[in-house]
Amino acid sequence: MPEITYREAIRQALRYQLQNDERVFLMGEDIGAYGGSYAVTKGFLDEFGEHRVKDTPIAESVVVGAGIGAAMAGLKPMVELMTINFSLLAIDQIVNNASKLYYMSNGQINVPLVIRMAGGAGSQLGAQHSHSLESWYAHVPGIKVVVPSTPYDAKGLLMTAFDDENTVIFIEHTALYASKGEVPEDGYRVPFGKLQVFRPGADVTLIGYSGSLHQAFRAAERMAQEGIEAEVLNLRTLRPLDVDGILASVRKTHRAVVIEDDWKFGGFAGEIAAIIQEQAFDDLDAPVMRCSGSDVPMPYAAALEQAALPQEDGIISLAKRIVGGRA
Amino acid sequence: MARMTETPPAARPPSQPDRRSLLRTMLLIRRFEEKAAEMYAKGKIHGFLHLYIGQEAVATGAVAAARPDDYIVSHYREHGHALARGLDPGAVMAELFGRSGGVSGGRGGAMHLFDASKSFMGGYAIVAGHMPLACGLGLAEQYKGTQRIALNFIGDGAVNEGEFHESLNLAAVWKLPVLFICENNFYGMGTDVRRVSAVIEVYKRAEAYGIHAEQVDGMDVEAMYEATHRLAERVRRGEGPVFLEAICYRFRGHSMSDPEFYRHKDEVQRWRVLDPIEQLRARMFDAGELDDARFAELQHEADAIAGEAVRFADASPPPEISTLHDFVYKERSDA
Repeated sequence: MPEITYREAIRQALRYQLQNDERVFLMGEDIGAYGGSYAVTKGFLDEFGEHRVKDTPIAESVVVGAGIGAAMAGLKPMVELMTINFSLLAIDQIVNNASKLYYMSNGQINVPLVIRMAGGAGSQLGAQHSHSLESWYAHVPGIKVVVPSTPYDAKGLLMTAFDDENTVIFIEHTALYASKGEVPEDGYRVPFGKLQVFRPGADVTLIGYSGSLHQAFRAAERMAQEGIEAEVLNLRTLRPLDVDGILASVRKTHRAVVIEDDWKFGGFAGEIAAIIQEQAFDDLDAPVMRCSGSDVPMPYAAALEQAALPQEDGIISLAKRIVGGRA
Repeated sequence: MARMTETPPAARPPSQPDRRSLLRTMLLIRRFEEKAAEMYAKGKIHGFLHLYIGQEAVATGAVAAARPDDYIVSHYREHGHALARGLDPGAVMAELFGRSGGVSGGRGGAMHLFDASKSFMGGYAIVAGHMPLACGLGLAEQYKGTQRIALNFIGDGAVNEGEFHESLNLAAVWKLPVLFICENNFYGMGTDVRRVSAVIEVYKRAEAYGIHAEQVDGMDVEAMYEATHRLAERVRRGEGPVFLEAICYRFRGHSMSDPEFYRHKDEVQRWRVLDPIEQLRARMFDAGELDDARFAELQHEADAIAGEAVRFADASPPPEISTLHDFVYKERSDA
C-alpha cells in the first residue's frame, strides 16, 4: 500500500469525487489559482476547470450559504473555509440553516454539503488562528463532525462525507498535513460513528482524536516502558459519537483520560466524561480525567503555546494518578 | 459517473396579468391573515405571527409573474408568498396552528413554511440569512444549465446585515440567476429606516455592486407584475442578478405583540388610502371588468377558503410525540 501524506489523502478523495460525480464541485477562498491555503487543491483548477473549482470572495457566510443552497437544489458541493477560525463568520449559515433545514421542512429538504476547514494549534499562528472549536459544531444536532487523525482516516472519512445526505463539518489538523501513512488507492470508505482502537491495552483508556490522538499514542508508548498498558481510542467522528465503543473500552480498563486541544471548560472531553459516568459509573475505578488545552487565548511564543497545549507528560501524569497503586 | 437529472422547464406566464386572478390572490391573502389574527387572539396560534396585510401586491404580483418552478426564498413574513405560490391554504394555516397537517408538519411554524414540490424553499427568520441560500439555488441552476431562477424576498431591515452585502457581491461577480425583491415597508421591526441606514434608497445599494436595480410601487400589483415579468426574463437570459425595491407598507404591527409606538396613526391612514386591493378593485370597476356583485362574490370566495383553512387546521391533529426525533438526520436511501 502506498505511503502518502494526510494532505495527499484528502486530495485523493476530492479528486475521486470530482471524477466520479458530476454533482460535485468545490468552492472556497484561494482553492483555485492559488492552489489552496494548505495546497490540498493544488492543480485542481487546471485539471477540472472553473466550473468545478471555484475561487470565492473572502465572504465566508455567503460561500457556505451558497453551498447550502446548491445542496438544496440537488448538487453535492464542497466548501473549503481555509480555517476553522474563519468558520465563525459562517456560523449563522451552519447553525441556523444547514443543521435545521431537514427538520424545519419536515424532511422535504436536506443539505448534503461538505465543509472542510483546518483547525488546531501548535504552529505559532497566534490567538486568532489556533482554534479547536470542534465541540461547538458537535453541540449542534443536524450536522456531523469529522476529525481525522491519520491519512487513512482522512481519505476514507472524506469519501464517506460525500456519501452523506447531511452537512458534514470536516476538520483537518494544521499540524498533520505533512504526516504520512499507508492509504489504499481505491475509493474505500471509513464509516462515521465507529471509533478505532488505535492501540490495545488493559490498564487505562486514552481517548483522542485529530492531533490529540498522536499525543495519546506517544504517551501510551512511553507508559508501556513502565509496565502500564494504555488502550488508545481514535474517535474519528465526534457526531455521531461511538458511545458503545468508548464504553466497551472503559468496561475493560475501568479508567479513562480524554485528551483534546480544545479548552477544558465546556469542551468535548467534558461531554465524554459525562457519558461515561452516566452509563458506566459502576465500571469505573477512578474519575474520568481530562487533559485539555489551557483556558487562555492561544499565545504566540513557542514556549507559552506548548504550555497551553496538552502534552505527553500531562497525559502520563493524569493516567498514572488514576491507575494509582496498580502500576 | 453520477449524473444530474432535470425536469422540463415550466411555461412563462403571459406578459399581461390576469387581473381577476391577482385580485383573487390578494383577497385570499388578506382574508387568510385576518383569520390568522383572529386565531392568534383565540389562542390557536402561538409564537410570533407576522401579518402581510398591506403588502399583498408585492408577493401576488411577483409570484404570478414568475415561472411556477422558479424558486422562492422568503423572509419570515411569508404567508403571502406561500399562498401566492399556491400552497394549500389549509396546510399553511395548519402550520400556523402547529399541526401535523401543516406544510412543515408543525415542525416549522409561521416563519418556516416549506413546500419543495412547489419550489417554495422556505421562510427564514434570521434577517438576511436566507440571501446566501438564494444565491446557492441560483448557482445550482447555473451549474446545471437550466432556465430556473430564484426569487429572493427580503425586507428593508436586511440591508445593513453583512449577508446582504456578501450575497449581492457574490451574485454580481458570478452573474447568478437571482431576482432580489426588497419589500421596503420603511420599518425594520419598529425602527424607521431613516434612523439606521446611511443610504435609505435601498436600490442604490445594489447599484453599488454593479447590479441592475429598480424601484417599483409595491402597492400596485400590476406594476409589481410588470416589473417582475420583465426583470425575471432578464435574469433568465444570464445577464446576472437584478434588484427590485418594492415600496410598500404594512398596515398591521410588526407582529401580534406590537403596540406600534414608533409610527403615527396618521401615517398608517395615509398608506391605507393606497390599499393594493382597493386600487385594483377601482381600476377594474373603471374598466368595466368588475361590479359590486362580482366583487362580493370574490370576497365571499376568499372568506370561504380562509374559513375552510381554519376548519382544516383545527381538525388536524398535533404531531405525534414519537416523531420528535424524526428528520434530524437524513439516512441514505440506498444504504
